Amino acid sequence: MKKTAESAWPDEVHALLKAAGVRQVAIVPDAGHARLITLCEKDKSMRVVRLTTEEEGVALLAGAWLGGEKGVLLMQSSGVGNCINMLTLPIACQFPLLMLITMRGDHGEFNPAQIPMGNATQAVLEAMDVIVKRADSAEDVAEMVSSAARLAFNTYRPVALLIGQRVQGAKDFRKLTQKVPQ
Amino acid sequence: MSDLLRRREVVKELLAGRGDALVISGLGAPAWDITSAGDHELNFPLWGAMGGAAMLGLGLALAQPKKHVLVITGDGEMLMGVGALATIAVQAPRNLSIVVIDNERYGETGMQETHTAHGVDLAGMAKAAGIAQTFMVRSRPGVSQLKKRIYAGEGALFAQVKVDPEKLPLVLPPRDGALLKNRFRAALLGPEAAHQ
Repeated sequence: MKKTAESAWPDEVHALLKAAGVRQVAIVPDAGHARLITLCEKDKSMRVVRLTTEEEGVALLAGAWLGGEKGVLLMQSSGVGNCINMLTLPIACQFPLLMLITMRGDHGEFNPAQIPMGNATQAVLEAMDVIVKRADSAEDVAEMVSSAARLAFNTYRPVALLIGQRVQGAKDFRKLTQKVPQ
Repeated sequence: MSDLLRRREVVKELLAGRGDALVISGLGAPAWDITSAGDHELNFPLWGAMGGAAMLGLGLALAQPKKHVLVITGDGEMLMGVGALATIAVQAPRNLSIVVIDNERYGETGMQETHTAHGVDLAGMAKAAGIAQTFMVRSRPGVSQLKKRIYAGEGALFAQVKVDPEKLPLVLPPRDGALLKNRFRAALLGPEAAHQ
């Protein structure tokens, strides 16, 4: 079966991260990143580092660059709030930092608790001098990841790509209350 | 004077004859300590990013598995990023050592007590997280033993070294973060680091 653009972007993103020389993949999981995480875990050239909080990833990838390795930080938009003070590192020291952030509190959200951070994600990152780009359709994700990676690694700056909730579709909580067929 | 260990002597001993070991310090007193032992191109002292020192060490240790990576930080800094103990335990890099110089105080802000003054056992937390080697150090022979373990490279290793909460003159490293990063990378990776 040929993959649609909707389902193919994680494969494309994995391939281009690999081509860019990304070795350390720091994650706090999000459903939107599930396939990309699996692809990175299967890739022997990549080291997936599970974090307890997203700010650990900001520090981890500064250490990676000090040692000559590139990395990527995968998280959900709520994790951005956990990163703010740690962004001091890439800004004050000019470390490259590539962050791929799947949005919650965005297109078609069900959960009120996702709104405050989701709504503030872009403004908060920009207040910390992070370059922010967005991809709101599956066709755009790979090209925007490529663009964000080049910006981060060529210009030694923190760059965040926000992957809109429209790309993966909002989680349907009501559907999840129904009994799971055995 | 108390019979507690003195922080500058501990750090000086751990760094003497360090070879090509890579050294990260947390902000504040540990940064002054490693600089007091001698400013070095392969030192990366933090001036901020509190709670990030151990994780910075992990990223560096994974990128440079053949080099000893030594993180020297304070009890307040480690407590702020204590989840890193779990993350590091799972990655289990043999070449990473984290040494907490524990004066039981937030030294830079007026010597307010941290949780370790009230019995919180960071070495016990590191052990429970699954870090391979953990030590609580209170004596000079303990420091010498610790040094042997650090340079044996059989970690990950975590040590909590109890020290006198003395007030000492600051010994400042360069504070331009880009300079610290660039000189570290040039010393470690050679001139091509500037073209990565």
